[in-house]
Amino acid sequence: MIRKLADSFILGMIYGAAFFSVMLLVGIIGYVFVKGFPFVHWTFLTTVTSILRGSTGIAGNLVNTFYVAVLTLVFAVPVGVGAAVWMNEYAGGGWGVRLIEFTTQTLAGMPSVIFGLFGMVFFGGTLGLGYSVLTGSLTLAVMVLPLITHNAREALRAVPDSYRIGAAGMGATKWYMIRTILLPAAMPGIVTGIILAVGRIVGESAALLLTAGSGYLLPQSGRGLLHKVLESGGTLTVQMYLSMSKARYGEAFGIGVVLLCLVLAINLCVRLIAAYTKRIF
Amino acid sequence: MDDIKIRTDHLNLYYGRTHALKNVSVKIRAQAVTALIGPSGCGKSTFLKTLNRMNDLSGNVRIEGGVYLDGKDIYAPGVDVAKLRRKVGMVFQEPNPFPMSIYDNVAYGPRVHGIKDHGTLEKIVEESLRGASIWDEVKGRLRKSALGLSGGQKQRLCIARAMAVEPEVLLMDEPTSALDPASTVKVEELMKELKKKYTVVVVTHNMQQAARVSDDTFFFLMGEAVETGSTYSLFSKPRDRRTFDYINGRFG
Ligand SMILES: Nc1ncnc2c1ncn2[C@@H]1O[C@H](COP(=O)(O)OP(=O)(O)O)[C@@H](O)[C@H]1O
Ligand SMILES: [Mg+2]
Repeated sequence: MIRKLADSFILGMIYGAAFFSVMLLVGIIGYVFVKGFPFVHWTFLTTVTSILRGSTGIAGNLVNTFYVAVLTLVFAVPVGVGAAVWMNEYAGGGWGVRLIEFTTQTLAGMPSVIFGLFGMVFFGGTLGLGYSVLTGSLTLAVMVLPLITHNAREALRAVPDSYRIGAAGMGATKWYMIRTILLPAAMPGIVTGIILAVGRIVGESAALLLTAGSGYLLPQSGRGLLHKVLESGGTLTVQMYLSMSKARYGEAFGIGVVLLCLVLAINLCVRLIAAYTKRIF
Repeated sequence: MDDIKIRTDHLNLYYGRTHALKNVSVKIRAQAVTALIGPSGCGKSTFLKTLNRMNDLSGNVRIEGGVYLDGKDIYAPGVDVAKLRRKVGMVFQEPNPFPMSIYDNVAYGPRVHGIKDHGTLEKIVEESLRGASIWDEVKGRLRKSALGLSGGQKQRLCIARAMAVEPEVLLMDEPTSALDPASTVKVEELMKELKKKYTVVVVTHNMQQAARVSDDTFFFLMGEAVETGSTYSLFSKPRDRRTFDYINGRFG
């Protein structure tokens, strides 16, 4: 009897805890939406803040976020996946692999502001890239590299050896086998790494403020979109941080709503891609 | 009928300090099924893998002596291993179709060897699947994943995949040990069919299977080819005491 009571008490606690954490999440999201939604209108999304007109807009920050995310992935994904392939398929567990693994783990646990400091001094200063989207992206690429490498590596590790041996038995070269079997089979894991990386990129503030700066203007059509890469550009999160520090809370909540929607959309997209690739292979 | 397809000459293989094959000198006849029998760990798989150099994949392997395919040493310097494996295909114990469609599995080998033309590939895929007597079961779902097939179907798909590069020799390492009896019967029938075109070497730890499907049998024990010869004579009047003991179930 007492046992039974204790059992149902614990069960109640477990359900309660689950309910509480879900409610907390829903509550925060709901709060942000209620506070921020009035700010999310057409002008807010499609123009940049203008002191002359007295209007606020985040179009520039949206574009910057897109730039930084894409550029970061362009740098980090090939290097990260390449490193994972090398470690798992070529290196054979020597000291080089252990060194990379150790470095990767250390980098993964490092506060992002340290990456910011390094990026600012090295990419911005030594390489002379200044406060720019490029400096920010290179910095974040270093930051998310461990995530991508680790997830790709785990995914490759999970691919059964019978595929490797089977392909070799058909006379396939190692690289052909990697291209046609291993990478497709590891795709879900690689995609997971990319989702996590995008989350960190979109959510980053400190490291970006120090490297990509806080420019909020749209790329000028005359000088071409490419030129923007060498100019300062603040992402949504950076702008949100700045708005908060200037006590413009409504604006900050508005950006919060946009960020939440963005993260949701990215997650859905990536899940769709993952489901699609799974269906093919 | 008595053409020799593969000959080994004082073949020794070491995994580090393990002496896994000891002075193996045997002759494998063309267009016949040769069964390799012997207790587990006696070197059957190791021997089979030396025939298409799959041992090259595991590190720490040392090989002495020679393996001659149509009289040519396959371990000679300058031998193209990819070409060798095209001639000497392999089917493994666990069916291992790749995680792609049935069609792409069979087309994998031809594509490796540079065939890109759709019409040609389609023809090869159909012929190979028919050759492995699985065409009727899969013809309506060629574009579906091969991982959805049953174990027996997977193994016949792997045989089709191996046949798609038109090999001269098919090596099979316990191809039925992971299969149910009905699928086993199908694969065994297939082996008898295959020898019309190919030289088949099959590892089995099932002596009844060896007796049913093979023309020649090699009995291995602790890395040695103890007795080799026609399946009939090896089972009915073994010359070596150890062979007699083994086929009468005294060990292994
Ligand atoms: N990759 C390997 N590394 C080291 N030893 C091996 C390896 N493969 C097989 N061996 C050893 O070689 C011997 C023969 O193995 P194997 O050819 O697999 O036997 P069988 O197929 O007859 O069961 C065994 O003693 C086994 O432990
Ligand atoms: Mg074996």
